[in-house]
Amino acid sequence: MSVEQARSAQSDHSSIIEAAATHACRTHHNDPANLIEILHDLQEDIGHVPQSALPVIAKAVNRSRAEIHGVVSFYHDFRQAPAGTVTVKICRAEACQSMGALDLIEAVCRRHGITLGETSASGVTVEPVYCLGNCALSPAALVNDKPLGRVDAERLDAAIGSALA
Amino acid sequence: MTTTVYVPRDTAALSLGADDVADAICREATARGADIKIVRNGSRGMFWLEPLVEVEHDGVRYAYGPVSPADVPSLLETGLLTAGSHRLALGATEDIPYLKRQQRLTFARVGIIDPLDLAAYEAHGGLTGLRRAAAMTPAEIVEQVTESGLRGRGGAGFPTGIKWKTVSELPDAQKYICCNADEGDSGTFADRMLMEGDPFCIIEGMAIAGLAAGATEGYLYIRSEYPLAIETMKAAVAVWEKADLLGDNVAGSGRAFRLHVRRGAGAYICGEESSMLESLEGKRGTVRSKPPIPAISGLFGKPTVVNNVLSLAAVPFILAQGGAAYRDYGMGRSRGTKPFQLAGNIRYGGLIELAFGVTLRELIEDFGGGTASGRPFRAAQLGGPLGAYVNEAMLDLPMDYETLADNSAMVGHGGIVVFDDTVDMAEMARFAFEFCAIESCGKCTPCRVGAVRGKETVEKILNGVDVARNVALVEDLCEVMTDGSLCAMGGLTPMPVMSALRLFPEDFDTAPAVAAE
Repeated sequence: MSVEQARSAQSDHSSIIEAAATHACRTHHNDPANLIEILHDLQEDIGHVPQSALPVIAKAVNRSRAEIHGVVSFYHDFRQAPAGTVTVKICRAEACQSMGALDLIEAVCRRHGITLGETSASGVTVEPVYCLGNCALSPAALVNDKPLGRVDAERLDAAIGSALA
Repeated sequence: MTTTVYVPRDTAALSLGADDVADAICREATARGADIKIVRNGSRGMFWLEPLVEVEHDGVRYAYGPVSPADVPSLLETGLLTAGSHRLALGATEDIPYLKRQQRLTFARVGIIDPLDLAAYEAHGGLTGLRRAAAMTPAEIVEQVTESGLRGRGGAGFPTGIKWKTVSELPDAQKYICCNADEGDSGTFADRMLMEGDPFCIIEGMAIAGLAAGATEGYLYIRSEYPLAIETMKAAVAVWEKADLLGDNVAGSGRAFRLHVRRGAGAYICGEESSMLESLEGKRGTVRSKPPIPAISGLFGKPTVVNNVLSLAAVPFILAQGGAAYRDYGMGRSRGTKPFQLAGNIRYGGLIELAFGVTLRELIEDFGGGTASGRPFRAAQLGGPLGAYVNEAMLDLPMDYETLADNSAMVGHGGIVVFDDTVDMAEMARFAFEFCAIESCGKCTPCRVGAVRGKETVEKILNGVDVARNVALVEDLCEVMTDGSLCAMGGLTPMPVMSALRLFPEDFDTAPAVAAE
């Protein structure tokens, strides 16, 4: 890739982010009270909430960039960098701990050669979550959007495998 | 004749493959030329039996479970559609003891109807309360709620009638109803079940609250970890709007009420009411100092009723049957029913709605059948991560706000997380601080700093460093957090820590076994 091509790709990338952020704000009437919804929409659209989107949102909803940054960084949901192709969320709250969730998390992380919160080379992100509301079927997990109850390493592997395929 | 088959689409049922079961039933029935209709209902709340398939035969519903897709051919072979016998047959659903022994007022329709079928909702008693409320004055509605003795089901237990009265009597033109569906407590899933299984009940409760308080706008704040609940509630609101039950003229009352569904973003603290209001305003979810209370100055500074899902969902029954009918259940100052949630290391986990006064032992042993692992019971945490641990000796306590408070515990949102004898209670105390450190909003120092120091100090105890001194330090820190924190996050984190220390001191005694002298 030439320097020029790289520059043009970069500007394509930032114009995509700008367009997505503008669109998310407009969908919610540029209303600062809808900021959480705006950020969710943006993340669903492009996979994360990049720093470069913050000034765009700030301008649209008439808030300071610092305020937008404050909100983005407060909530666990918002990513500043994209996740892998498969996101695995494993509950590590008390109910799931009582059924061995911590061992499960360790086994899954070991298998993918990562620590909790990281993304493997194969594109699997393993993250903690504190309660999925499936506490009578502990341990509980979420593979992308698929809920798994009474899950063990084997079932989790199978679900991750089919999500990767 | 078309036979109706029910396959739940509740998240818990889906997590055990309910969609695959529904597909298999559809496929196998079609292959056999059977005329069936599949209804995707909520869950009955007996999760060890999920996916629980029901078939309606001669007006009675029969249950089969837990069903896997591989069981479906044999089920149809042995006459599932005529309620035939099978090794998974459980008999008539209503006769299953776990269900039969419950007093389901709030959960009356959950698991029974298609959650988005308005006609079914009405056929099962829905809308009666709202229609009655629409013909009443705000003061009359408030009076019914006050008479019922309903107290906040989110955990704080504040009388709902008093809250409504406060907002109702304020002259402001704009007021709000906010439903707190940020059910973040580990061991609780009642809000989720209700949102997925009977969303109209929550909307009805909010609409009644709107009529009572004179509020024209309502917000339902749902945690992002519940995508299916969010989707179901949004669809349910659309159904009500289309039926003109929400809008300018709520149920013919001549009064307006509009409802907005909003997502959380993975912050436990947003279950604290003032933090939720901040989040609804698009801000960081930091808690507000009180006073002023939200009833006086809540969302956007306006008078706001903030109620938990279960409080609002109890209201349609109260308006339909009268406050006295609800008050007839319960004990002492804890009136009505409470949806308890059995979770963690439990054999028969699920939702049990019963009048206050049931003992923990009845719930854990009679309903729950003891631990899932089969090992001896050691501890249970009541009321979420900020709730106390109890031991075997406390199992005969009746579940009621005052009794538990007198025993340094709390009902909270009704979650009961069971642990077997492999649990390390010092580790659980460490986790309580860790969780507080992760989820603290950071506004007040006792919580923000105390959680981190508490975690470090318990780690020293776990490593056998200066145990007696560090235990005293933890106790001192807990006192500061209890007395000095702005909200329940920092104020109640000492609950699990101190109960673990008090009831399971042996787990904290990690001093070297060989004495120096």
